[in-house]
Amino acid sequence: MAISLKVNGEDKRIDADPATPLLYVLRDDLALNGAKYGCGLGQCGSCMVVVNGEAVLSCMTPVMLMEGREITTVEGLGTIEEPGPLQQAFIEMQAAQCGYCIPGMMMSAHALLRRNANPSDEDIRQALGTNLCRCGTHMRIMAAIRRAGELMQAAGLPAAGEGRTG
Amino acid sequence: MRIIRAFSFLLTLLLVAAVAFLFVAWRSEIPVDEQAASAAHPPELVAKGAQLAAVGNCIACHTVPGKPAFSGGLAVPTPFGTIHSTNITPDPETGIGHWSEAAFERAMREGVDRDGNHLYPAFPYDHFTWVTPEDNKALYAFLMTRQPVKAETPDNSLTFPLEFRPLLAGWKLLFFRKGQLQPDPGQSAEWNRGRYLSEGLGHCGACHTPRNSLGAEDVERHFAGGEAEGWQAYAIDENSKAPVPWDAESLAFYLRNGWHELHGVSRGPMAEVTGNLSLLPDSDIAAISIYVASLMGEPSPERLQKAEQLRAQFGGGRIIQASDSQTPPAPAASDHPGAAIYQAACATCHESGRQQPFGGLNFALSTAVHAPNPQNVVNVTLFGLPPADGKASAVMPGFAAMLTDRQIADLLAYMREQFSDEAAWQDLEAQVANTRSGKYHVAVRPSDGIERAPHNVGAKEE
Repeated sequence: MAISLKVNGEDKRIDADPATPLLYVLRDDLALNGAKYGCGLGQCGSCMVVVNGEAVLSCMTPVMLMEGREITTVEGLGTIEEPGPLQQAFIEMQAAQCGYCIPGMMMSAHALLRRNANPSDEDIRQALGTNLCRCGTHMRIMAAIRRAGELMQAAGLPAAGEGRTG
Repeated sequence: MRIIRAFSFLLTLLLVAAVAFLFVAWRSEIPVDEQAASAAHPPELVAKGAQLAAVGNCIACHTVPGKPAFSGGLAVPTPFGTIHSTNITPDPETGIGHWSEAAFERAMREGVDRDGNHLYPAFPYDHFTWVTPEDNKALYAFLMTRQPVKAETPDNSLTFPLEFRPLLAGWKLLFFRKGQLQPDPGQSAEWNRGRYLSEGLGHCGACHTPRNSLGAEDVERHFAGGEAEGWQAYAIDENSKAPVPWDAESLAFYLRNGWHELHGVSRGPMAEVTGNLSLLPDSDIAAISIYVASLMGEPSPERLQKAEQLRAQFGGGRIIQASDSQTPPAPAASDHPGAAIYQAACATCHESGRQQPFGGLNFALSTAVHAPNPQNVVNVTLFGLPPADGKASAVMPGFAAMLTDRQIADLLAYMREQFSDEAAWQDLEAQVANTRSGKYHVAVRPSDGIERAPHNVGAKEE
């Protein structure tokens, strides 16, 4: 079935079984490999993307429900040459170890920072409660998210990503 | 002249009635006990009190999530306004640090505080009146040895004239019977113990019995199902909609572990209850289960036959091939608009065959899908089951960001049709919208205890 999606601000048309999880469409059809397959059960958070501003687990989201919604993946937060504030902060704080969970972490953080550019540690812990990291870089991830909030405020962005997609 | 006489007669009558009422309503103050908070209590008594406080689930109402245990201040919404729970730590100024054991006992038995004020029946003294003096002694010893916390209780905001506490004497005349529970000699000691715990301190009926327009439990419909914190407290009498009828054994397992393979996991306020019950010895859990199962009665032959099928299909001992999103979903079973959503978004977990409590329950076993009111399945679909902090727990992601109100309504209508023989739910979309927006307030908390799990992940109130 042909399905129209809006991903990172671009209109895409893909041909897929409507029940296909969004994750596979992103990775296999659109070559957006940021979102990762972790558990496939919506329990680890490595597949997290942002849909209409909210964090959504793409491994259990059938693509048929995404018609007309705005999807943002980690690739939509910036480029290698010009990283967005979240990406910049994760680099500065060296928040990735193996890095597998990081795109999911960043997308949960992105949804949080859109609502609240100055989150407390408690807010961050709550928003990222379902993102698992087995390397144990949690303290650096927390620091990176706080830093991203600062960068966004310094750049005068009202909330994350307003100038970008999603 | 005649008018004046009639008027003065009426006035006298009113005055007499008022005096009589105040006489009935009036309770004396029990003097301050300066030593109460510093008195020593035997450790065994304190330990027994800790168990009993767990049965009473005192912590759930007397603690604001995330704040120190028992320091009160939780806003309890009622149809009559908002009541705030009191500080029951032994702080002398803001808690019960000046309460003698007699004052505590009177509060439990009669619903009157140390100063002589009538308490609102949000404090379930209609149940606690049955607690024995020995158990009250242990509860008192436990509470008086907690860390005192200075925390003022916020004022209540109730509809006029309910702020006037003497009126509660009228409520008590109508609905409150002080007394001890007489054991039923026709029943076993275990059954009687279970009744004592369930009807007394456990106050199961406070949630599981429907309430009348004046907020009192409808005794004619004991355990016929009620409501708590935006969740349906299912009928636990003969009206239970559990597809596999409960028996004493399955209830005991559920209350002990917080889940049962043929019934699913406890959640909402019941998760706090099963969490607390972990302090109880098996014998008390068994007693509660024997008593409650006896009230559910013998299921009909049809129900038993259906249950036998379900047990054979879903009971333990099967070899499980777990699946995840890499398993292609089966094609939708019908062209119902909810069928495709169910197959793609739900069936991958709920029909994977993974065991409770970590796998999704097959909805053929789900009381929520068979219940008269869909509220619980609405709550779980929107907000999921948030994970406990730092320990294994049942977990389900919320679908609020993925599904629209209409899509959830279609999905639930399909599940109702597919998995139960019950009549379709009405006005689902509006119910989903009101739950999502917070117009209908639901508390959704992780299951790992009030102090450690402060966040309500449900919708904020409008």
